[in-house]
Amino acid sequence: MRVRVLIFLLMLPLGAAAQGFAGLGTDADGFAVPERGQALAFPRDHGAHPAYRIEWWYVTATLTGADGRDYGIQWTLFRSALAPYELDGWQSPQLWMGHAALTTPDRHFVAERLARGGIGQAGVSADPFEAWIDDWRMAGPGFNMLDLQARGAEFAYDLSLTAQGPLVQHGDRGYSVKSQDGQASYYYSQPNFAVTGTLTLPTGPVALTGNAWLDREWSSQPLSADQNGWDWFSLSFDDGTRLMAFRLRGGRGDFTSGTWIGADGSATPLPDGLIEVVPLDLTGVAGREVPTRWRLTLPDKALSVEIEALNPQAWMATSFPYWEGPVRVTGSHDGKGYLEMTGYD
Amino acid sequence: MLLNVETVSKTYPGGRPVLDRVSLRLEHGETVALTGESGSGKSTLLNLVGALDQFDSGEITVAGTALSGLDERGRAALRRGSLAVVFQQFNLIPSLSVEQNLAFHARLSGQSDAAWLSHLTDRLGLSALLARFPEQLSGGQQQRVAIGRALAVRPALLLADEPTGNLDEVASAAVLDLMLGLVAETGCGLLLVTHSDAIAARLDRRAHLSGGQLA
Amino acid sequence: MRRAAIACLWSHWARHPLQLLTLLAGLALATGLWSAVQAINAEARSSYAEASAQLGTGQFDELRAASGPIPLARYVALRRAGWQLAAVLEGRMPLPGGSVEVMGVDLLAYPALPAVEETSDINGITPADALLAPGLLIARPETARRLRAQVGLPPVTRSQNLPAGVVLTDIGTAEILLNRSAEVSRLLILPDQPAGLAPLADLAPDLMVVPAEGRSELARLTDSFHLNLTAFGLLSFTVGLFIVHGMVGLSFEQRRGMIRTLRALGLPLRDLTWLMLGELLLFALIGGTVGLALGYVVAAALLPDVAATLRGLYGAPVDGDLALQPSWVALGLMMAVAGVFAASAQALWRLSRVPILQVQGQYAWSAQGMPVLAQAGIGALMIGAGFLALAVFDGLVAGFVMLGGLLMGAALLLPPLLTLALRIGSGFSRGPLGAWVWADMRAQLPGLSLALMALLLALAANIGVGTMVSSFRLTFTGWLDQRLASELYVTARDDAQGTEIARWLHSRADAVLPIRSTEVQISDQTVFLYGIVDHPTYRDNWPLIAATPQVWDMVAEGRGALINEQMARRMDLWPGDTVTLLPGWSLPVVGVYSDYGNPTGQAMTALPALLQRVPDLPNTRFGIRVDPAEAGDLRSELADTFALPPQALVPQAAIKASSLAIFEKTFVVTGALNVLTLGVAGFAILTSLLTLWAHRLPQLAPVWALGVRRDTLARLEVLRSVALAVMTAILALPLGLVLAWALLAIINVEAFGWRLPMHLFPLQWLILLLLAVVTAGLAALLPARRMHHLPPSDLLQVFANAR
Ligand SMILES: Nc1ncnc2c1ncn2[C@@H]1O[C@H](COP(=O)(O)OP(=O)(O)OP(=O)(O)O)[C@@H](O)[C@H]1O
Ligand SMILES: [Mg+2]
Repeated sequence: MRVRVLIFLLMLPLGAAAQGFAGLGTDADGFAVPERGQALAFPRDHGAHPAYRIEWWYVTATLTGADGRDYGIQWTLFRSALAPYELDGWQSPQLWMGHAALTTPDRHFVAERLARGGIGQAGVSADPFEAWIDDWRMAGPGFNMLDLQARGAEFAYDLSLTAQGPLVQHGDRGYSVKSQDGQASYYYSQPNFAVTGTLTLPTGPVALTGNAWLDREWSSQPLSADQNGWDWFSLSFDDGTRLMAFRLRGGRGDFTSGTWIGADGSATPLPDGLIEVVPLDLTGVAGREVPTRWRLTLPDKALSVEIEALNPQAWMATSFPYWEGPVRVTGSHDGKGYLEMTGYD
Repeated sequence: MLLNVETVSKTYPGGRPVLDRVSLRLEHGETVALTGESGSGKSTLLNLVGALDQFDSGEITVAGTALSGLDERGRAALRRGSLAVVFQQFNLIPSLSVEQNLAFHARLSGQSDAAWLSHLTDRLGLSALLARFPEQLSGGQQQRVAIGRALAVRPALLLADEPTGNLDEVASAAVLDLMLGLVAETGCGLLLVTHSDAIAARLDRRAHLSGGQLA
Repeated sequence: MRRAAIACLWSHWARHPLQLLTLLAGLALATGLWSAVQAINAEARSSYAEASAQLGTGQFDELRAASGPIPLARYVALRRAGWQLAAVLEGRMPLPGGSVEVMGVDLLAYPALPAVEETSDINGITPADALLAPGLLIARPETARRLRAQVGLPPVTRSQNLPAGVVLTDIGTAEILLNRSAEVSRLLILPDQPAGLAPLADLAPDLMVVPAEGRSELARLTDSFHLNLTAFGLLSFTVGLFIVHGMVGLSFEQRRGMIRTLRALGLPLRDLTWLMLGELLLFALIGGTVGLALGYVVAAALLPDVAATLRGLYGAPVDGDLALQPSWVALGLMMAVAGVFAASAQALWRLSRVPILQVQGQYAWSAQGMPVLAQAGIGALMIGAGFLALAVFDGLVAGFVMLGGLLMGAALLLPPLLTLALRIGSGFSRGPLGAWVWADMRAQLPGLSLALMALLLALAANIGVGTMVSSFRLTFTGWLDQRLASELYVTARDDAQGTEIARWLHSRADAVLPIRSTEVQISDQTVFLYGIVDHPTYRDNWPLIAATPQVWDMVAEGRGALINEQMARRMDLWPGDTVTLLPGWSLPVVGVYSDYGNPTGQAMTALPALLQRVPDLPNTRFGIRVDPAEAGDLRSELADTFALPPQALVPQAAIKASSLAIFEKTFVVTGALNVLTLGVAGFAILTSLLTLWAHRLPQLAPVWALGVRRDTLARLEVLRSVALAVMTAILALPLGLVLAWALLAIINVEAFGWRLPMHLFPLQWLILLLLAVVTAGLAALLPARRMHHLPPSDLLQVFANAR
């Protein structure tokens, strides 16, 4: 009985995050299901929602070091519930998983943490905000000012995040549809944090500045049974506009969706079919072929860009593996961003 | 020349010389009796010729092979092939039957000749005793097996050390007749140690050992 | 040439099949007993290794509290400081038919769970099944069956990949089963840690890092037990080799003429030597193979008892099934081959020196031994060296070196001593026949001495082991009476029920003695620290083997501690020394008590003093003093009132019985090996007498010719053999007693941690003496019968063939 393995199977939609390439199109027995029109409330919804099966706090940041080099970091806390409630102690059904990564143009460091709720080893509180697993934490007086820390065997980072604009609610005021069948999740972001801080590499500390993007999402059944992989983009353009776009790959064709974010933080949902993404180049990564150069077009916004991985080998060799790393954007708009891909085996 | 003993000397450790520059020749088909007092060195000379022991000086040549140049393996090979010895004690292998004992030396030297063996068996009058074991035979019968075993390899030179010393006169004469007859038949040389003048008289020639010297 | 020579060598065995059979039997016995012991050891060791691999124990450094469990909050704090740890909560859960070890691990963090991951029984099991109430238990099929028979336990999944008697489950389920919450027993320090962590010594100064190698208590304790077995196996092997030696010697002697003839007929000595070596190798392989089969059977028969001992005594996870291991086969055959060549070395050496021509000195083969005085000297030297080793080094190995030296030395001394005895004896003989018998015995001695040595060793081992076992039983039963003074022992479900039971019993029993303890770490070893109340039960009964005056007053006032013998010996703490029970709490040792059957250290002091330092001491177990006649009624009343399961209420008699049963089993193996060794020795005598038979005739024939009847000669044959055996047995007695002393005072102390008083059992010796007489008599009977029925012609042949 591969308990650990099974746990990860259960977490696949989590790790797959917005991607969901594992079959969670099944029933949500006893778990709450997202409903359209349910207004999000803050700071309450910054915290955990144990009644939902899966949830995450997902930070990516594109950074430039004092040494002039580009870096990217990832900090993710996943929650996966075995049952729709919380208990104190080891009997808690809430499981937590943390992923942290640090990408340089030629290296990619990964660390992973697992914990169970109920004993205080991992959790999230809304006000004051704190999300933690072991010694990794993201915390601040509110959601606008956050400290972000994580470390692995060979790397560590300690960053300060300051929000530069409002929260962005995706889809229909935070209700984000994930398939033609109507599976959905609650989904909001803070796409614009200014970042300062240090990261520690085997070669020593590096001071850096840059931009971070935080995603919040929770659901109980985000994917359809036939959806088996996912390409997700978060792009920040030099003119201050931003784009969140994803493509869910499924048996019945692709499902694309996204949000256009103006320089003032205003959000325009992009329903299925508006965005087109085309893989241009495949790279051999961890024994499989993964697209690491893309063309993304959004005719509505006269957007046609080429997206290229800073480090094509940004493979997350965690219990549940996927590709996640910083990208450079060129074309009609220049900029930086993050790319996440799952389901390529 | 079949056998050539040339100025051979032998002293046992810690003793007086037993053989002192002894020389002896023996042609193909020739039979020689070796006589001498008890303790005069007859057995010693025979054992040297039979490549069973080593001499101090001189040379012994058997069928063209010089013994002094042989190592233990070479001497063993010579004993399997050109030479055969019949001892005073019968020296049969107690756990082998008469038939197996008869065939044994020949098999050891890898030259079994079934026809010759059955001819020998007949001539030696052993046909009825083939299944017996040595302990179930009389002395004369045992000695006949030993002679048969020796001649089965058709040796060039047969050595016999008082082969009838343990037998009474009648048995002794019978065994000797058989042996001489077969020796004549195979044409091999014979060097026979004996105390008996009567036996010595039946051979071609006689060599007498005394005081370490041959006369 | 080879073929003819081989056929010739073989013809000897074809003519003497009994000889061949004896040779092979001796070899099979030697290999068999040795391999049996090895199989048992290998099986047990692989069980430990497997258990350790299956449970991931012994692979990682651990964090433990100085005393008792670690609060869960400490674990979380260390986690939040970045340390990667895996929490384990373990404890014993009572079940009918013996408690089981519950091992609760954090399934999300535990690093090595092949057992969990490879169980075939898992179809349809989800993480929710394992992690959510009621949880999931995993156990071997036998254990699983027992668990399933219990109502109210979580579902059970079977796994072959777990040690016997262990229940693996998630830590959340274990908390409920063991009725403990918010605490863990130990923390595994995982191999991959993040960079830049604060040192554990700063974060958790009160927790101790126990290195993976430091926790080898089980290995150390069981090692001693296995060494014990190995020593017995080696003894049997040696005795078996005596037979091989005798038979090889006989066959070479009988083939001496053949060897000479073969060489005269032209078979080179080197070829002959190789052929004989090949012959021996073949015998070694055949005998070894039969021996392995025999060993397997013996091991399979003994293993259940050994397993029971190891489980009962050390809690070592061994089950009673024997698996055939290739290394065991290889080792067994190697031993057989090495043994054959060792036993034949002398014969082979002589073979290489057989002159082709020499005729006289037929008898020289087996009679040429060392000069008697030199042999006596070497024997005495070996005994001295053994005792010297004991004086210079300590430990079990030194103990065995001493025993080895003693036994070998005594064996070498035997022929000189017998010669002396025979010389003295011949002084008392009357008449010519008497004089001849004595002289003949002396002449026979060199040929028999090896067999008699084997008998000496077997008898001495029997006396030694018998004395040890009987001493143990006597001491142990007496000790049980003292130690288990309470009439009834009760275990409550939890502290609250414990308090209730104590209150309820107050008016119904003569006394209620709480049994409250905590685990502490002293000098890197786990010790159980007990708090006791002052009561005559202890003052009158407790089996102290060393004490200061006013020992009980000191203990009652919390000014002194008692420790058990194991702990005293291991840590060399005796009355007058000071022991640190907890960091910052040291007490003088005021007494040492014997504590048989317990592998771990134990200490006791006053309960109030202990409660001051460890306030949350569990309060669930009690000894109840009550009129024995009322114990039965009280038991059922208790069970009814508090709904206690039967295993929570144990009467004194039941504990005594089960304790005694464990100890009986401990010595079943030793006893069995012992008997087998004696049998082998008897066989050795038989083969030696048969060997000598060839030489006997020329010596008997003249006596017969002079007018002594054959049946008289036959009777004298038996008498002689018995007389030699009796003399050997008499000499074996002091040797056996020294052996017993060494076993009790040295080997047992090292192997088990306690020293037993030695008791003497003369009746046992008498039985052994009779056994020796019977053995030697039976062994002589076969040659004697031959003598009796010998046709006169055979005797005559001696004269006919005399040359
Ligand atoms: N192995 C030996 N070691 C020492 N001396 C030996 C040995 N063999 C024989 N001798 C001595 O050598 C001398 C010759 O012995 P040998 O056996 O050749 O005599 P022999 O003529 O055959 O006597 P017999 O007629 O009695 O058989 C004797 O003095 C004997 O004592
Ligand atoms: Mg002679």
